[in-house]
Amino acid sequence: MMEPGLYHILFISTALFFIGVFGFFTRRNLITMLMSIELVLNSVNLNFIAFNKYLWPHKLDGLFFAVFVIAIAAAEAAVAIAIIINLYRSHQSIDVENAEEMKF
Amino acid sequence: MLAALTLVSGVLAVTSRQIFRSAIFLLFSLVGIAGLFFWMQYDFIAAVQIVVYVGGITVLIIFSIFLTQQAGELLPKQKISRQVFAALAVFCGFALTLLQLCRHTFKATTDQPLLPTVSNIGDRMLSTEENGFALPFEVVSILLLAALIGCIVIALRSKPVTV
Repeated sequence: MMEPGLYHILFISTALFFIGVFGFFTRRNLITMLMSIELVLNSVNLNFIAFNKYLWPHKLDGLFFAVFVIAIAAAEAAVAIAIIINLYRSHQSIDVENAEEMKF
Repeated sequence: MLAALTLVSGVLAVTSRQIFRSAIFLLFSLVGIAGLFFWMQYDFIAAVQIVVYVGGITVLIIFSIFLTQQAGELLPKQKISRQVFAALAVFCGFALTLLQLCRHTFKATTDQPLLPTVSNIGDRMLSTEENGFALPFEVVSILLLAALIGCIVIALRSKPVTV
């Protein structure tokens, strides 16, 4: 068993990214789609941190990008959930199939 | 071990048919990622991950599940063709990315590492010189303010519709 390094972390984050994409393709419920997006953003964070640690340890750029991605993900989740709850109030459903018209 | 926890619970999160269970699996996956950050000795970012994702976003998602879903109701089964095509596309993308990853070799710098301690992070975050992140910091704070106001506006507008 070799010492885990950059490639292992990149493998994990690639797998996580495509798990998120798979969920985004197959799910038709807005909340589960939001959860898939969270998985994708997390894999990107993992990538940023791994590159920062293994390739450019003299700077902290990757860490800051991860922090900003987390902040933006939090804002996005809050706004998305507000929209979802609004949609549920007006449509009684949060399937994307049932939200066809762009007005409420 | 941590990687296995993260990946397995990630897979379960996107395939479980009970929405509440899938939220709980998402929580485990996020905890696994925080563990990976700890393992890479990025303590600050791991703490931020736990506080924001595990403590904030997952709780928000679970609340919205409670608000919008009848408890214990299974999600409708997906069309098998859609699942097959999604799996195919995802597998192709995964294979392509791994191929690129195996062919590419990364060159690491040999400079003196700057340890990701909290004081270093704070210095960098608010310095206005080169390699400083004061401007993105301000931009993100404006964005968070905008998101707050946007949430309030969205929540207010629905009042006349429901009443």
